[in-house]
Amino acid sequence: MANGSKQIVDFAKIKATMADPYKHPVQVIDREGTVVDPEILAKYSDDQLVDFMKKMVWERTLHEQTMNFSRQGRLGFYAPTAGEEASEMGSVTAFKEQDFLLPAYRDLPQMIQHGTTVAKGFLWSKGHVEGSQHPNPNMIFPQIIIGAQYVETAGVALGIKKNKDEDRVAFAYTGDGGTSQGDWYEGVNFASAFQAPAVFFVQNNGWAISVPRYKQTAAETLAQKAVAMGVPSVQVDGMDIVAVHEVAKAARDFAVAGNGPVVIETLTYRYGAHSSAGDDPSRYRTKEEEKPWFDADPLIRLRKVLTDKGVWSQDQEDKLVASYKDDFKQAMKEAEAAPAQKVSDFLKWTYNVPTPAVKKQIAEFEAKESK
Amino acid sequence: MAKMTYIKAITSGLDQVLSDDPKTLIFGEDVGKNGGVFRTTVGLQDKYGEDRVFDTPLAESGILGLAIGLSLTGWRPIPEIQFMGFTFEAMDGIVGQLARDHYRFGGQKNFPVTVRTPFGGGTHTAEMHADNLENYFTSTPGLRVVTPANPYDAKGMIISAVESDDPVLFMENLKLYRSMKAEVPDEKYTVPLDSAKVVREGTDITIVAYSAEVNESLKASDALAKDNISAEVIDLRSLSPIDTDTIFASIDKTHKVVIVQEAQRMAGVGATVAADIAEEKIMSLDAPIGRVAAPDSVYPFAQAENDWIPNADDVEAKAREIFNY
Repeated sequence: MANGSKQIVDFAKIKATMADPYKHPVQVIDREGTVVDPEILAKYSDDQLVDFMKKMVWERTLHEQTMNFSRQGRLGFYAPTAGEEASEMGSVTAFKEQDFLLPAYRDLPQMIQHGTTVAKGFLWSKGHVEGSQHPNPNMIFPQIIIGAQYVETAGVALGIKKNKDEDRVAFAYTGDGGTSQGDWYEGVNFASAFQAPAVFFVQNNGWAISVPRYKQTAAETLAQKAVAMGVPSVQVDGMDIVAVHEVAKAARDFAVAGNGPVVIETLTYRYGAHSSAGDDPSRYRTKEEEKPWFDADPLIRLRKVLTDKGVWSQDQEDKLVASYKDDFKQAMKEAEAAPAQKVSDFLKWTYNVPTPAVKKQIAEFEAKESK
Repeated sequence: MAKMTYIKAITSGLDQVLSDDPKTLIFGEDVGKNGGVFRTTVGLQDKYGEDRVFDTPLAESGILGLAIGLSLTGWRPIPEIQFMGFTFEAMDGIVGQLARDHYRFGGQKNFPVTVRTPFGGGTHTAEMHADNLENYFTSTPGLRVVTPANPYDAKGMIISAVESDDPVLFMENLKLYRSMKAEVPDEKYTVPLDSAKVVREGTDITIVAYSAEVNESLKASDALAKDNISAEVIDLRSLSPIDTDTIFASIDKTHKVVIVQEAQRMAGVGATVAADIAEEKIMSLDAPIGRVAAPDSVYPFAQAENDWIPNADDVEAKAREIFNY
């Protein structure tokens, strides 16, 4: 046993302080609707703020309408988005049409904002390939394998860098559970190693189906994981659309300037079930846990700011909701009118140049389908 | 025309595609300055620069993600997975994502990725470095799986693989890398990705093999010839799809067949070939279908390797058994 009490390293202290830079999530409007950073808010015109509000009302209405469609059996797998409007609309609106979006399955609203149609979103949910053929080609389908979009994002970002596209980035989404995947680390690390222009969002909505955030990792924040890869990161109040947008814009500027990737953790909440296929959140979480998050609702707080400014009214919002509902019903009609997906189509798209066996199977299915 | 090893022929093919198409990229672990742990990409970074031939961090799933993302931005990626045993780390990338992506986009986007990887035994490598994992990939729609058995095909097929708009898993046999030399043209040529080749004509029995087992089968046919048994040897070259036309035409001539693979017997390429033959050509056969394969144990690295891998004697014995049936 050595003499003296000097420690060569104080792991307890390192552990206790490693999350220090992340103690204060970025915020502009707090949960009461009080503006806590007037200087940032002043950068936004009333029109811009009203547009944010419209987009959140749009997403909330989309959520409610898709839950109705699901109950009617008119959609396939669909991931509810209520609660995540500020995180999703605030972030996606910071990007340009030429930016490449790699979404996960809870990100259909961002895809639609980025240049596909609501009908395409519904077709994807229904398992129709037309749902992955977007008017804006700068996006992939919603990724189902958690984390796979992160490694692909590194590739898209490297491709952008090699193409010398100067005003273009790749941006991707996953959730709190996604940060536990090996692909999450590989994706962020590859983008960092190549100093490629990528913005990685972690929408921390508290739950990976039934597993709470604290069971995913002992790290105090998810944002701090980026430090290990040499990537700057930030935690932002994900119920504050102005804060999310401002941070996303700064991240895009940073990446476009050739500084490498950024990781953004948005603190948000999944109000509903994991999916429309019917898990029941009351099995794994309590009303007491949910309430403070419902009170922190992103629509409530921006509505208050806009109402105080005299640029928003309940009547205006009700009319918007009604018109969005009509749009979504129309989109569903459009999706339902698409020609039924045929097995022969699947076979035709399996290869660019079909193999002899596949050619034979195409002929067999075409014969069946023409009957 | 020069005599070239199998590995040099691959290097020559890669040189050709890098020179032909400025969108081609080679990347992976140690492929840059070191030229790959086997030197397959040696000299290519010097010639084409670090933008085109580059090292990646050590993570196979990341390498596949890179390949898919680069395809989405107009590049033609040629990633290397250093040993086939490491493809398990990239299984989602290859099987879950890459192979399905053309279908997932309804045919609107191509993923012209060639995943190169060395495989096969007999070189006394470390554990997990010698493997025959082709059956994991030949059961994957959307992916082409090919493996050349000689230097000429190696160059022609790597060029075809890179030029293919479908993803290709290009399996390079470790034992063949430096153990055989053959005439390989200096200029560009291609070898089709989906056709088998009759490498020796014969009339009494058909031997279907691929990769290093083609050489074993040729040795076996030499031995059989001494007893006036004329064996026709077919090199599959493509494991997915399988060129059944070439096999069936041979069986119509010989009426007897033995299928040879280095991989374990269970659920292998040989089983698929046997099933295809049984479905279409059973009435043309005069004897049961013979199969030669490694036993169904895990791969015995280093020591017992040479007792485990089927060799020319095993092929000859099985061929005699089927011939004399």
